[in-house]
Amino acid sequence: MSCPATMKKRQTMRDELSAGIVLAAPAGHANAAMIGWRTLFYKEVLRFWRVGFQTVGAPVLTAILYLLVFGHVLEDRVKVYDTVSYTAFLVPGLVMMSILQNAFANSSSSMIQSKVMGNLVFLLLTPLSHWHWFFAYVASSVVRGVAVGVGVLLATFWFTTPPFVAVPWILVFAVAGAALMGALGLIAGLWAEKFDQLAAFQNFIVMPMTFLSGVFYSIKSLPPFWQGVSHLNPFFYMIDGFRYGFFGQSDVSPWLSLGIVTLALAAASAVAVQLLRSGYKIRN
Amino acid sequence: MPAISFQSVSKSYPSPRSPHKTFLALDQVSLDVEQGEFFGLLGPNGAGKTTMISILAGLSRADAGSASVMGSDVVRDFAQARRNLGVVPQELVFDPFFNVREALRFQSGYFGIPNNDAWIDELLESLGLADKANANTRQLSGGMKRRLLLAQALVHKPPVIVLDEPTAGVDVELRQTLWKFIARLNRQGHTVLLTTHYLEEAEALCGRVAMLKSGRVVALARTSELLKAASSNVLRFKVDAELPESLASRARITGRIVQFPAHDALEIERYLAAVREAGLQAQDVEIRKADLEDVFVDVMSRNHEEATDHAR
Repeated sequence: MSCPATMKKRQTMRDELSAGIVLAAPAGHANAAMIGWRTLFYKEVLRFWRVGFQTVGAPVLTAILYLLVFGHVLEDRVKVYDTVSYTAFLVPGLVMMSILQNAFANSSSSMIQSKVMGNLVFLLLTPLSHWHWFFAYVASSVVRGVAVGVGVLLATFWFTTPPFVAVPWILVFAVAGAALMGALGLIAGLWAEKFDQLAAFQNFIVMPMTFLSGVFYSIKSLPPFWQGVSHLNPFFYMIDGFRYGFFGQSDVSPWLSLGIVTLALAAASAVAVQLLRSGYKIRN
Repeated sequence: MPAISFQSVSKSYPSPRSPHKTFLALDQVSLDVEQGEFFGLLGPNGAGKTTMISILAGLSRADAGSASVMGSDVVRDFAQARRNLGVVPQELVFDPFFNVREALRFQSGYFGIPNNDAWIDELLESLGLADKANANTRQLSGGMKRRLLLAQALVHKPPVIVLDEPTAGVDVELRQTLWKFIARLNRQGHTVLLTTHYLEEAEALCGRVAMLKSGRVVALARTSELLKAASSNVLRFKVDAELPESLASRARITGRIVQFPAHDALEIERYLAAVREAGLQAQDVEIRKADLEDVFVDVMSRNHEEATDHAR
């Protein structure tokens, strides 16, 4: 039987615990939530940075190979804009393609890996809300996408230097495009139950839409029917708007592209946030 | 204010056998765990223990009823409820991208606590992980991973700690280290909710236990009261052959060891006579006090009939 002094001491400790005195939480919950968001964001960035050869180096090399092969084969045969060489034309497309694919890969692979390995439970047990999850995953996807994009751009300077006519457009489309793909990656990562399903999403949806969006050509070179089909592809607007920032020329107005990309981003974000809020496939 | 409260909580899952049917994992479960208690949640596999913990931790959502941690509803005020709760999951999970210290720093950060290294160091020291602080989590043995899970659950100093079968597959030495540490936390005022299949652990540690069967609480009392109410003695012996059905149905049989609950000498003599009459020889006969495992077996067998048809 405990003595009265011990019982009193234990009661005092219980009172302190229930009053949150012993909890080392910071003063405000809003502040705590911001620290929580920041931690998750940092963890997600560190996750891809730890395997930088695979997540940053490899996509840069792939883009350079595309530039070498397509640039060499088509340089003298294809003229897209009057004053722009084909290799220079190719650069923004390849940079944006790398941004989009890697932003998607970041959130989707992180989510599916955590689900399959079971370590998502560490996040599920925390007070972080669906908004914190969403912004941390999407922001880290933007960081990876932009990091790969910068890597590709710097590497292409060896071959050609495209003009930078309107840098703000370049930045806006890079960030908005990466955010859109980060949100789509989050949706795919939540939906997929195995790596095979995620690969299908990547290979049968993301890859074809990226390749058929005008990375390697101007859609004005396509027959009218395929031009119409290309206009239904939101990836086209991301690449076309991004390219406008380099050359001041594009297939459609950059404002139209921005409007469509913004709408697509809002829709994908709404779906991703709703899936996280409902605990789709992560909470029973 | 109870540390943990379940009020008429029900939860069903799609039946694994038929997609059109549901399996009732929890059926109107109500129980409170008071602050500072060391509480045991016992039951066979599939009884609903992990479902209760999952609802508490926000990993599952109850179909009906409510649950709270330190007065905070786990759905409406989930953030505060989770700040008050540290959960050690059953599965040995880890993030292979990071080392032990990073895993703890991240977990601390998620709860809004940066610069928590003093407490992290104390946890690593107490759990014998100090020399593994910079080791990748992949490189840890099973026992070390289990200790890391405990450290992750405690990194935000929650007043309520939930341990879901923390000693499953753990060697004796580590088990004792874990219990010593958790008992210390309980003495410091932390509430502990434990699920375990090791009933001798529950008997030694838990002041109060609830026994679950097929999603219902079939016993809820102080451990000492349950032991007092049980048959006071157990007749234990070994036999080399199978017992006749009339005896086997009343016995707890583990390999060659047979155990009967017995109230008095007459009952003991009757069992031994029946064994003799069956042409068997009882060896290493001993009489011992009933333990929690005997109570558990008794409670589960008493509730067998009413709980069998629980799927709908």
